[in-house]
Amino acid sequence: MTNTAEPLVRFVDVQKSYDGVTLVVKKFNLDMQRGEFLTMLGPSGSGKTTCLMMLAGFEPATHGEIFLKDQPINNVPPHKRGIGMVFQNYALFPHMTVAENLAFPLQVRNMDKSEVNSRVTKALDMVQLGQFGGRRPAQLSGGQQQRVAVARALVFDPDVVLMDEPLGALDKNLREQMQYEIKHIHENLGITVLYVTHDQSEALTMSNRIAVFDDGIVQQLASPSVLYEKPDNAFVARFIGENNVLKGTIKEVNGQACVVDVGEERPVHATAVNIGGVNTLTNLSLRPERVTLNPPEHFPNQFDGKVEELIYLGDHIRTRMNVCGHSEFIVKIPNSSDQGQLREGDAVRVGWKMEDCRALDCNDS
Amino acid sequence: MKKLVTKTLIATAVATGMVGVASAQDLVVVSWGGAYTASQQKAYHEPYMAMNPDIKIVNDDSAGGAVAKLRAMQEAGNVTWDLVDMVASDAILSCDEGLIEEVNHDELLAAAPDGTPASVDFGDLIVSPCFIPQIVYSTTFGYRTDKVGDTPPTSINDVFDLEKYPGKRSLEKKPINNLEWALLADGVAADEVYDMLGTDEGVDRALAKLDTIKDSVIWWEKGAQTPQLLADGEVVMGSTYNGRLFSVIEEEKQPVAMMWDWQVFDLDGWVIPANGKNTEEVKKYLTFATDTQRLADQAKYISYGPARASSAPMVGKHATLGIDMAPHMPTAPDNATNTLLYNYEFWADNVDDLTEKFQAWLNN
Amino acid sequence: MTDTASHHNPRDLGLKPLQTVDGTPLKVSLARAKRRARIRAVLLVMPLFLFILVTFFIPVFSMLMRSVENPVVVEVLPSTVEQLANWDETSGEIPDDDVFNALAADFKVAAVDKTAGKVGRRLNYEKSGFSSMFRKTARKIKKLEPPFKEGIIDIDKKWADVDYWRVLKRESREYTDSYFLTALDFTYTDDGERVLKGDDKRIYIDLFARTFWMSLLITGICLVLAYPVAYLLSTLPVRSSNLLMILVLLPFWTSLLVRTSAWIALLQQEGVINSLLVGAGVLDDANRLAMIHNQTGTIIAMVHVLLPFMVLPLYSVMKTIHPSYMRAARSLGANPYTAFVRVYMPNTVPGIGAGAILVFIIAIGYYITPALVGGQSGTMISNFIAYHLETSLNWGLAAALGAVLLVVVLILYFVYDRIVGVDNMKLG
Repeated sequence: MTNTAEPLVRFVDVQKSYDGVTLVVKKFNLDMQRGEFLTMLGPSGSGKTTCLMMLAGFEPATHGEIFLKDQPINNVPPHKRGIGMVFQNYALFPHMTVAENLAFPLQVRNMDKSEVNSRVTKALDMVQLGQFGGRRPAQLSGGQQQRVAVARALVFDPDVVLMDEPLGALDKNLREQMQYEIKHIHENLGITVLYVTHDQSEALTMSNRIAVFDDGIVQQLASPSVLYEKPDNAFVARFIGENNVLKGTIKEVNGQACVVDVGEERPVHATAVNIGGVNTLTNLSLRPERVTLNPPEHFPNQFDGKVEELIYLGDHIRTRMNVCGHSEFIVKIPNSSDQGQLREGDAVRVGWKMEDCRALDCNDS
Repeated sequence: MKKLVTKTLIATAVATGMVGVASAQDLVVVSWGGAYTASQQKAYHEPYMAMNPDIKIVNDDSAGGAVAKLRAMQEAGNVTWDLVDMVASDAILSCDEGLIEEVNHDELLAAAPDGTPASVDFGDLIVSPCFIPQIVYSTTFGYRTDKVGDTPPTSINDVFDLEKYPGKRSLEKKPINNLEWALLADGVAADEVYDMLGTDEGVDRALAKLDTIKDSVIWWEKGAQTPQLLADGEVVMGSTYNGRLFSVIEEEKQPVAMMWDWQVFDLDGWVIPANGKNTEEVKKYLTFATDTQRLADQAKYISYGPARASSAPMVGKHATLGIDMAPHMPTAPDNATNTLLYNYEFWADNVDDLTEKFQAWLNN
Repeated sequence: MTDTASHHNPRDLGLKPLQTVDGTPLKVSLARAKRRARIRAVLLVMPLFLFILVTFFIPVFSMLMRSVENPVVVEVLPSTVEQLANWDETSGEIPDDDVFNALAADFKVAAVDKTAGKVGRRLNYEKSGFSSMFRKTARKIKKLEPPFKEGIIDIDKKWADVDYWRVLKRESREYTDSYFLTALDFTYTDDGERVLKGDDKRIYIDLFARTFWMSLLITGICLVLAYPVAYLLSTLPVRSSNLLMILVLLPFWTSLLVRTSAWIALLQQEGVINSLLVGAGVLDDANRLAMIHNQTGTIIAMVHVLLPFMVLPLYSVMKTIHPSYMRAARSLGANPYTAFVRVYMPNTVPGIGAGAILVFIIAIGYYITPALVGGQSGTMISNFIAYHLETSLNWGLAAALGAVLLVVVLILYFVYDRIVGVDNMKLG
């Protein structure tokens, strides 16, 4: 993936309102490169699906411009945009067989019959449904229907494929399997995918980049690892992965570092990311797996904790502790043989590095 | 077994179709509803109930289609009606079918005030041993006074004269009366009409005459249609029952007048269902309700002629309009210059056949 | 199965039948459990089944039987019928004294039982004149002395007409085809052959044809009018669609007679529409349109009455068609028209089928509206069934007409099943 090429899809200052009173999408800008797998992630009602629909042409943008291959497409009807789409409920045509479903986009493009047949066969093979061409969608399992839907969205070689929570209706195992399949298809064919989901692990698994939506705004647009390791704000930190939040007041700021009072004898040393000045409030974000029991001396943050609850999860033990007056403090302890046995009620010393603790905004106080 | 099943079934069907189940002292009297039942209520039911407080007369307005319902009741073995108001032709049919009782008119009915026995007082109007005549009504023509210029129609010929009286006419959608009028208008003498209708040539001649106005006819099936069509100005003239025309003219004050030429007299009267549950009570009621005074009283409320000869002189004024009713009776001498009496025997024999021919003619 | 040591593994048991823990064969135990469920199901369905049996199947069956049953002649005139067996109806001669003597004996009984009129009415359907002939004879038979042949002919000279005797002999059978012949415009000649009636008496075939043609037309118009409405209903937000639905259902809440009268007031020549057109100068006063008391009026009024029966099934089917189907079609490159024709419409076929069958079946059985606004060209077969049920009391013919209607509907249904598929029908 290179950033030098012209973006394939561009949203420029796009806004959307349904009722003329509130904006569902407040100001959306996005450049999407050819071959990219970009996910729009957010809670329901955050505006992500609306953006997808505007790109597909089913919703007009209230303001702003959308470009596809450098052409403005605001006034191009959906069927002329050449965008493939996979719907949450699959939207396979129930009165057509699987093969007829796949042939539909080719037939409406007046492709000749033999070409249609060979493409359909190829597409069916791609999703390993070669022998199912004659069946009706209702005769297939959910996972099979999903594969047909993906195949149908790809069979006419669209510039972009949009996927609107395509795995939402599948059970957990199947969903994970399908995530890999879609990912592989993306890699093998080099297609461009704009994907919408509210499931963060799905987004992390599949995407090159993720746009985290909330309240009609993109909170952060970055690769999965950056989102996880370096969330820009409290919402992203909370939404992506598990997260301990300690509320505090900023006492000192020294470049990248800051000192935060959390109401204990000792302050917390954290990385300043998204904060106001001294004496403003902040949310300290700390991933549970970055907390160490009985930390070495050089850890700047060291507090006494009390074990409240232990949950055995096989590969690790999820430990709820009371730390800094915060009784929902979670620590993930790897289930390695050298770990001592903790019991509920034990007092333990916990600690973490300054880099792992990010001081973020505090809008909710 | 099969019969039993059928009987129970029809019984269920009839029972569920009935509105209001009558108790022991109730007499269920079936009549035509509307102004006609109202006139019976005032003239017969109310005075009788005043004299017999333990009797309650319940009106049932299902006289239309009563023959069919009577037959269903008889087949089910559950007759819930006590007395039915019927036109004479239906009474003859029901009598043939054994659906209603034969009566001895002189035994059952009161003599005239001067002692004339009932059978003589009613005379020829007793057209079936099952039938107790009540009124004489006629099927005749009404016309729009504002659409006929200075020369109102006076003859049946005018109905068939589209040049003199352009516009639509309404006629009943059945052969009865229409075929007779067609022949009369075609110059056939009144006493030859039925001989002629007994032959194919005669029927063809009548239909040929009707052909001359076929495109200008609106065919009616319900008695209320012609009065409405006249009131709306949809037709310039139309046939219907004289009582209906009376209310259009005198009560609704529409610009409509009567044309009595060759009106066809018909009879309406009481019949007693066979196997009824209150036959004795009903007979007492009938004796009262068909005496000379009661029949004359009914004419206060509706413009139909009493069926007893002895009632005619006693017809007075309309109860609410206050107009003299005698000139509005179809039997009044001025109205009855040319009249026909419904030929019950002829039509009993020929109605099926001629209805087919008439309908085939209509469809062609 | 990895646990090969298990006793429940069928391979280990060889031919021995499977058993439950207490040793009962598994099949027996299963059948017992299933029987309980079956009995429960039967008990649950039984009330409705009995209800439908009593209120639908038995009445329809008994109605169908009436179209061929013909017991009355042989019941009332048993000895006459017996004697008539010896009479040669092709001889051209009227029957001999034996028959007349039997007739006199039968009539004397019938006069007391008052059953002669019934036979007269029955035979009058076949030939005009029987009605008065039987009534007269029953009235005078009591005083009649032998010789009966002369006496009876004296009462009514039609008894000397060999044609009347032929009809009497023919209709003395217990089951008859004469009602069905009449219903199909056939008749018996005097020689007993079945022939098509003359033009001047042929009505029912034309009426059947007209009834089906008009019902099809009404169904078609209903479909064309209801489809867009149902589509709009299914796409509108709930609040506005409820309001519109009330408008669609409004006709249901008004009495049929009121609605029909309203149409008369609107459509008649002095009516609202004609007056408006004349007032606007579109029409000449002398050339007012005839829109009622004919086929046009019947069709307009019936379409109005039956429209909800088309809208509702269409709406209920369209509501289940997810908007994503159309979006998918558009995103796959279909223009709005193609998407509609190839994706949306095929999915509404179950609704079209249900609505069309519903409207069509109700339309062919309709008679009140045609009776009031049909005039001479808008009459339908049901008007005649009603006429024969209520007025002429010829229930046999009414039953035969009903049976023909039923058979034609079944044929259409079969054809429909072949073309569209009955299981492909959805009412909601």
